[in-house]
Amino acid sequence: MDNSNHIQRQLQDAHHSGTALNIIGGDSKSWYGREPVGEPLHVGEHQGIINYMPSELVVTVRAGTKLSDIADALDQHRQRLPFDPPYFGESATIGGTVACNFSGPRRPYAGSCRDYVLGCTMLNGKGEILKFGGEVMKNVAGFDVSRLMAGSLGTLGVLLDISFKILPHRLVEQTVVIDADFKQAIKLMNHWAGTPLPVTAMCTDGQSVYFRICGAPSAVERSQREIGGSMYDDGKNFWKDLREHQLPFFDTDKTLYRLSVPAASAFTPLEGTVASDWFIGWGGAQRWLASDLPFEVVQSYAKKLGGHARMMRGGDRAEEVFAPLPPALMTLHKKLKHSFDPKGILNPGRMYKDL
Amino acid sequence: MSQSLLQELAKLLPAAALLTSKEALTPYECDGLSVYKGLPLAVVLPQTIEQAQAIIQLCKQQHTPIIARGAGTGLAGGAMPTQGAVVLSLAKFNQILDIDVENRTATVQPGVRNLAISDAVAGHGLYYAPDPSSQIACTIGGNVAENSGGVHCLKYGLTVHNVVGVKFLSVDGELIELGGKALDDAGYDLLALMHGSEGLLGVMVEITVKLLPKPEVAKVCMAIFDDIEKAGQAVCDVIAAGIVPAGLEMMDKLAIEAAEAYAKAGYPVDAEAIVLCEVDGTEDGVAEFINKVEVVLKQSGAVETRVSQSEAERMQFWAGRKAAFPAVGRLAPDYYCMDGTIPKAKLAQVLKQIALWSDEFALPVANVFHAGDGNMHPLILYDANAKGELEKTEAFGKKILELCVHVGGTITGEHGVGVEKLDSMCVQFGTLELSQFLAIKDVFDDEGLLNPGKAVPTLHRCAELGRMHVHNGQLPHPELERF
Repeated sequence: MDNSNHIQRQLQDAHHSGTALNIIGGDSKSWYGREPVGEPLHVGEHQGIINYMPSELVVTVRAGTKLSDIADALDQHRQRLPFDPPYFGESATIGGTVACNFSGPRRPYAGSCRDYVLGCTMLNGKGEILKFGGEVMKNVAGFDVSRLMAGSLGTLGVLLDISFKILPHRLVEQTVVIDADFKQAIKLMNHWAGTPLPVTAMCTDGQSVYFRICGAPSAVERSQREIGGSMYDDGKNFWKDLREHQLPFFDTDKTLYRLSVPAASAFTPLEGTVASDWFIGWGGAQRWLASDLPFEVVQSYAKKLGGHARMMRGGDRAEEVFAPLPPALMTLHKKLKHSFDPKGILNPGRMYKDL
Repeated sequence: MSQSLLQELAKLLPAAALLTSKEALTPYECDGLSVYKGLPLAVVLPQTIEQAQAIIQLCKQQHTPIIARGAGTGLAGGAMPTQGAVVLSLAKFNQILDIDVENRTATVQPGVRNLAISDAVAGHGLYYAPDPSSQIACTIGGNVAENSGGVHCLKYGLTVHNVVGVKFLSVDGELIELGGKALDDAGYDLLALMHGSEGLLGVMVEITVKLLPKPEVAKVCMAIFDDIEKAGQAVCDVIAAGIVPAGLEMMDKLAIEAAEAYAKAGYPVDAEAIVLCEVDGTEDGVAEFINKVEVVLKQSGAVETRVSQSEAERMQFWAGRKAAFPAVGRLAPDYYCMDGTIPKAKLAQVLKQIALWSDEFALPVANVFHAGDGNMHPLILYDANAKGELEKTEAFGKKILELCVHVGGTITGEHGVGVEKLDSMCVQFGTLELSQFLAIKDVFDDEGLLNPGKAVPTLHRCAELGRMHVHNGQLPHPELERF
């Protein structure tokens, strides 16, 4: 259902009255970012696939469309969203996924959510409808606002329609597992990532390292032989559980930190943590830490490795949850936000206190 | 004022790094699109970030426009100098700073040539994927500014998909770092915004690119068609069959004839179209997929198919395609290369219309096509010395771009807007979108000093073209400076 007029009117009213809005799609990710504030702006009913052209490898959907509906529609043509988005709840929408720029275990090898965004129609903070990018894969006309929207947590605009590049399913998929501690695992993962073998996911819990191989049957068979280890029968569910944070590791009362670091960064000890507090995905590039250490400590550790940290779940969401930005960069952020949303009514403070 | 600027610049740089005479400036008067020319006030060639910073700060103080320039291979006039501007050449920023084999990244200065990166890391079994046809000469800084593509985009993406970090100088000369060697960064995705920003938002001074493992093997299938519509459909059929080719290219009759005469690639000159489909990966995977490709292309009506049996033969199949531009260049005194992108399914419709216009304008067109991602390069043949022919060619080109927008595509797939496609931007975008682009420009550069007059048209320009509705002469955002 096209609900854009209704959403536009609400936004225009809020702009006039200067009312802060909390944009809600499927309400599956309200735990993410800083504490939401403002009047709820429900956009989840703006649903439906607008244009799907399997032979163009392009799909355009309304932002409130459920991820599961998109997956089903693409599956009928043996295609998929290549970035393997986590759902974090059955009601998850594609708009929320783009706003968070969430990508799954396939991300280092296939690309991120933002990589596959081709265009979008959006409402800015004044309630004006703007259209950027398009439904073709190569497009350098104008600044790349559509990709800028990915990960901006609704602070720049309300997504209405989004176009994605999509890809076919792989033919065969197999998971193998090898015993390894973190140090060995990081080495192994980065070794195989540097070869042409069709590895599409790698992770480690510090006891085992898991490899997912996808491709033509003969290529998968050969990769298994070369990588070695033992076959892991329930690979499909394992990677899904990792993506959805349903592995036992993620069942924790502690704060869940996410560290994004160069993939081959050594697993150096962070004082106050033990090996079982860690889980490493994305071939070493995304490291999960369950710990009650202060955010500053974790962030400074991630920074030393050449990356950044965020509080993924839990922690004090009244404070900052994302890595602090240098002053010049924060100034650019504020000015950009102002250029899209002059009254600062869209998800204020959801990303940074002053944004 | 300009004299004092030159004196101040002379204090910042060695004499050889400041060009001011007409003879020295002339090589910089245009980029790869030589029909648009202009002479700058000066060309500066700094060698360090500190020098570049000082130059930018000085220009800002003196309200002088700055035009960053790489190798000058751009095809849209994006690096064309304007009167009174300082061209900031990054040619001396030509060092590869770091090759990190474990993390599969290379950190390079912006003046490093695209191909030099792949050459430098080849020994590690790695390469940098985006391969614009100018890759021997074009620089990585220019690639970021244009978000360059190439033949292998369908599988490996554009520049924006293969760069993990940049450092750039703001118009205030401040060094700003985005990303690094991790896969993402905190905050807004300014890294994406910088790609394709055509030098309007900042000056790149360092770029970290992602390196990929070299595929074990690549094979190409050449399919010959007696009908261009069938060839267009075949391209869609390959994709629909679940194959993601590394490259999927198409050429029409005139392009084939020119390429064969020039490069002797073994193309059949009586064909109406050929499709080149490359598959890469592991030995086993490629063997499976290239068979599948051949079957699909035959089913789609190819008169004949040939699969490369050796690396030498693969290179030979590509030789004609890669030489297409210079080959077509021999057919007429000049050619004008278009860069629209369309949904693949609209190919036949668009080619038919181009053929009709070609007759109408009496200007031949050779079509070279990145078919897999819908990026067309119609080459309009003309003679710049014939009176009125350039204007006629430009008018023809604009019609092609309008048609691309009309069928759901875009005016530029990989060459950028530059000065060339400013009018066509008024067709692609409305007032609101253009106002947002201008507002973004304002965020980074409120005086409009970085490459002014490129990439984003003023609302006034579009209004004059009569394609924009301006109510009672009142432009939206009157507070914004027009550039």
